[in-house]
Amino acid sequence: MTERVVASIDQGTTSTRCLLFNRSGRMLAVAQLEHRQHYPQPGLVEHDAGEIWRNVTRVVPAALRSAGLGPEDLVGLGIANQRETTVIWNRHTGEPLARAITWQDTRTDGIVARLAEDGHGPLVEEISGLTPATYYAGPRLRWLLDHVPGAREGAEAGDVLFGTVESWLIWKLTGRHVTDVTNASRTMLMDIRRLEWSDKLLDVLEVPRRMLPEIRPSAEVYGTCTTVLPGVPVSGALGDQQAALVGQACFAPGEAKCTYGTGAFLLMNTGERLARSTHGLIPTVGYMFGELSDRSGLVYALEGAIAMTGSLVQWFRDSLGMISTAAQIETLAGTVADNGGCYIVPAFSGLYSPRWHPDARGVMVGLTSFINRGHLARAVLEATGWQTREVVEAMDADSGVPVTRLKVDGGMTANHLLMQFVADVLDVPVERPLGSEAVSLGAAYAAGLAVGHWSDVEVLRANWHRAAAWEPAMDPDLRRRERENWGRAVNRSYGWVQTPAGD
Amino acid sequence: MPGAIQSIERAAAVLRLLGGTGRPLGLNEIAAALDLPRPTAHGIVRTLRDVGFVDQDMDSNRYMLGSGLQELGHLRDRHDLRAAAMNWADALAGSSGLAVHLGVVEHRTVRLVHHVFRPDGSHQRLRTGEELPLHATALGKCLLAFAPVATPRPGDLDLHPWTGRTCTVAATLEKHLATARHRGWAGDTGEFEAGVGGAAAPLRASGGVVVGALGLVGPAEELFGVGGELRPRLAEQLLGASREISVALL
Repeated sequence: MTERVVASIDQGTTSTRCLLFNRSGRMLAVAQLEHRQHYPQPGLVEHDAGEIWRNVTRVVPAALRSAGLGPEDLVGLGIANQRETTVIWNRHTGEPLARAITWQDTRTDGIVARLAEDGHGPLVEEISGLTPATYYAGPRLRWLLDHVPGAREGAEAGDVLFGTVESWLIWKLTGRHVTDVTNASRTMLMDIRRLEWSDKLLDVLEVPRRMLPEIRPSAEVYGTCTTVLPGVPVSGALGDQQAALVGQACFAPGEAKCTYGTGAFLLMNTGERLARSTHGLIPTVGYMFGELSDRSGLVYALEGAIAMTGSLVQWFRDSLGMISTAAQIETLAGTVADNGGCYIVPAFSGLYSPRWHPDARGVMVGLTSFINRGHLARAVLEATGWQTREVVEAMDADSGVPVTRLKVDGGMTANHLLMQFVADVLDVPVERPLGSEAVSLGAAYAAGLAVGHWSDVEVLRANWHRAAAWEPAMDPDLRRRERENWGRAVNRSYGWVQTPAGD
Repeated sequence: MPGAIQSIERAAAVLRLLGGTGRPLGLNEIAAALDLPRPTAHGIVRTLRDVGFVDQDMDSNRYMLGSGLQELGHLRDRHDLRAAAMNWADALAGSSGLAVHLGVVEHRTVRLVHHVFRPDGSHQRLRTGEELPLHATALGKCLLAFAPVATPRPGDLDLHPWTGRTCTVAATLEKHLATARHRGWAGDTGEFEAGVGGAAAPLRASGGVVVGALGLVGPAEELFGVGGELRPRLAEQLLGASREISVALL
């Protein structure tokens, strides 16, 4: 008899993947397809939700084939998705009305600025927990309602539906219009305490309530697939970074993980308590594995979002041509003993957590004739370390629970020099789990919990195995001096973009 | 002295042509420029494409110099090797329940490029970057056996006796290496650290060139049966993972 497994769809920014996991959390198969990035103008980034759906219908059977399994071997399907990306579609035809506006798209800066001018900032922050920013889905939905012909009329008539990507996929798979509460917490439309759509916020952004999905927990049977995997329950959904929190088994308050990809996202479990941030972090729903009626199993998290980590290495490779593969930056950085006094602040599109300076731009400081390519490589990697440190400092201040060790995942954990530097500047051990697929694993965990494949999170904790640990080894005086240098470098990145008068 | 080999001369001419034109070329252009019959030119560019010295544009079917040429003269980057091996090394540690090492030859030693902890929750120290002796570890013996051009001859090594089981006689070491070549993996029955065993298989890149070794490390009695043979399940997992990584290195 073959062991029953859980399937997970990781619908990410650049690709859609399907992974299969066994009961001990080991990956059995993976299939992947990339989708097109549409850049109609600078600052605009769109995806075709129809293409994403077609990719789902191809990667899921491909993963099953490669494992030699069929739908009957699956206990459930979980979804982890790129967050804040916004889709509207016609409920009768099943077709999107426009391309999905992705989380990197900044077209809503005008809408967000007007919210602030009209004095809505404090209300938005009080109810949703979020400081208005172009990062969230709500303003994008407003933009679509204002600009796509027929969108507002259709929404008011009940013909046009809104969803973030998990909502779109669950609707396509099962016909039910629901969203998971972690994704809903990134719309700027949800009351983060009551876990309901807020009428006040819907009024502020002029969004018709009829078009919104029903908010549901992260783990429950949302419905049964009528296509792709007929008969298989869709039983879990989480935003990708929350999924990684679950996949990394951060189930106790104070436990934190950082996923190093294009950007880096550090999330700390704050338990049942919604931690307000006065240090530039984002309060968010971590996961909810209980009932909405009594809010059982609700866990909040604090999040620090760093815009550029892996993407800085890509820039170093593709735009500067200093290296031919991302991994070779470790080799180049290893040719020198230290940064030689050079610092790179990658504020290419402003600074995110914890500083939030949209008008900052990248700087490279401390250049002398002594600086060579190796020093630059080191400065690129150290930028990721110091940005992590700033987020952790903000976490410690906001949560009152100091980070005592950091679980890491994502592609950059292959870089041992970087991971050692992160441990050195944080002065806490950094640990990598066996299997770097924390995002997909987290969605699989949610789906398996909902159908009783796993009894509780403690069972999942036993699946977490340490694959590597980096212990801090930096001299405290050096750490203090370098921290200060980094701070001085960041100060030089501020205020570079000058907003034209009247804008 | 034997005469020049015509097909190699022609292959070199194709490469010079592709390198000197600055744009992808169609098969007819190549055949015309070098005054070759079309089937002959096709055979040459197809062979060059298969070894990675020529790339073919999928849309236009035209040919250009391949990425494999840039790699000539460069040692394979050890961090590229780690990146390519990481997922499979994790999978091997997960399925075997043992620690996984990845090593390359550096001067007269093995340099540890990657280390995955034994997944049992015990306290372990990351050993990436350490040097290990060639003659006394599974990784080292694997590299001696399968990468003879890159490593010293056993007779030229300092056969330091690390434990009572270390091979200290060149002829005995040669025999171990012959056995390793025959069965596809090298073993260490506690020859560097008493009681700590290992088994390692070669990682091959394009053309079958051995660029590193992937090894299991753990208590010798867990790796080897009473007769001293590697447990079949572990041998299968080790060879499977090294094959998968080798595919990723092509």
